Amino acid sequence: MTIAQLIDSPCELTDSSSSKTAIVLMTRIRLARNLAGQPFPGWAKPAQREATLKACRAAVAATAPMKRGFNLGIAELGELERQILVERHLISRELSGAKSGAGVVISKDQTFSVMLNEEDHLRLQVLRAGFNLKKAWNAINDLDSTLEESLDFAFSSDLGYITACPTNLGTAMRASVMMHLPALVISNQMEKVVRAVNQLGMVVRGLFGEGSDASGSIFQISNQTTLGESEAEIIKRLDSVLRSIVENERNAREKLLEADANKLLDKIGRAYGILQNSHVLSSSEAMNLLSLIRLGVDLGVFPDASRALIDRLFIEAQPGHLQHAQKGEFEPGQRDVLRAVRLRAEFAAFARPDCNFTNQDKN
Amino acid sequence: MANPLKCDLCSKPATVHLTQIVNNKVHKMDLCEACAQAKGVTDPGGFSLADLLMKASLNPEAGSAGATGVRCERCGFTHVDFKKHGRFGCPACYETFHGVVEPMLANMHNGTTHAGKVPTRALERKSLYDRLTKLELDLTEAIKSERYEDAARTRDEINQVKQAFKPDSAT
Repeated sequence: MTIAQLIDSPCELTDSSSSKTAIVLMTRIRLARNLAGQPFPGWAKPAQREATLKACRAAVAATAPMKRGFNLGIAELGELERQILVERHLISRELSGAKSGAGVVISKDQTFSVMLNEEDHLRLQVLRAGFNLKKAWNAINDLDSTLEESLDFAFSSDLGYITACPTNLGTAMRASVMMHLPALVISNQMEKVVRAVNQLGMVVRGLFGEGSDASGSIFQISNQTTLGESEAEIIKRLDSVLRSIVENERNAREKLLEADANKLLDKIGRAYGILQNSHVLSSSEAMNLLSLIRLGVDLGVFPDASRALIDRLFIEAQPGHLQHAQKGEFEPGQRDVLRAVRLRAEFAAFARPDCNFTNQDKN
Repeated sequence: MANPLKCDLCSKPATVHLTQIVNNKVHKMDLCEACAQAKGVTDPGGFSLADLLMKASLNPEAGSAGATGVRCERCGFTHVDFKKHGRFGCPACYETFHGVVEPMLANMHNGTTHAGKVPTRALERKSLYDRLTKLELDLTEAIKSERYEDAARTRDEINQVKQAFKPDSAT
């Protein structure tokens, strides 16, 4: 029932869309922290897990951003509720699979969430709409400093913040942005981008992190290394890589329009037609069609104001949200029908494509 | 040996078994399908990462550097557990398995020494706490051996340290 409140309340991710978020949908920073002297969650005995969960839960819930927030034990949540939290990027898939002694505290506006007893005792997360690494870092840094007042974190002057996995040592910070890169995908340049980004010490993943596909042309790009550089240095490096990807995507869009505007408009127009008229839509097809409409918004084919709806549908067309809205659990086949019903309704009221568009891509 | 091999990166069963000879040394790596794909093992262009991880986590020298058979005093974790899970048991494991971690870091990260945020408040609190514990021990000792002047001085010091604690509002 608290999940229902969470879905219905306005949140950063689904309600702050603007032309500023055209290519970079959102910024996220995660910090891993562990309690000194306590075994990591993966190795702790059930009683130890419960004890760290209790201590962390109380400390996190007492911080200012978490006031009137959601304080949830994973074991108390149903399958569907966990899935909804994953789809909203508030918990990881790993945490959603936890059996006992795990939890999450989420701020009222859903910009902060702290996962408890995932791979580490605490995983602090902040989400911000658009491209804003510095602002996100300041926010998460403040939350971390507040928690430091009441919790003793495992720390060594050589290795920095101690984490269960040695790949996270040091700053224990994973900064990532979610980018919508349809033109790079359409023009087959993504593979090249991924390779270049990897060589610069950054990782590219699909929308839902490790192992997820890149349906909807949405990618998550984050730093790979955490030790040896300060948070500010990592953010600076990531920032410059991301800026060049945004530039590449913009150029790719220009080129697609120059080379054959009709071909691109045809893709967008067909996506519009399918969304208005289809009766069976898989999650990944829906994502890809919505991605084309979103590109259309960026190009000025559809009004700027409709971008927020697309971003909300990116999340609400996911299986968990879809089933929640229908108040039941459905087989994948039935879900595809329900998804089509929902999208047909949304797109019946959607603005018609303006074919005399002017390129308004301002991002 | 009854256990199937687990992925070196996550704990899923490994289905991709990779053997490569680098600098005349055999490197073996076991991955689950998802990790293999994510790390680009199947893609020759993205192979450098797999190579890197292989050198990092499965360096045979690290294994033979006296680390095998070592057990973390604090949590009972062993080197074999690390090879299985890819994660350590508790913060103290990093000291216990220093010889295993050290050679991994250079390949895994952009440096080997922390250069970021330091939890200053927590560290201050810890050093105060350590000092308080020591002073309290001193005090008991002094009283026991009837060194009352020392005891009085220690008591004053304890009060000073306790004063310093207050603005931190720590436990």
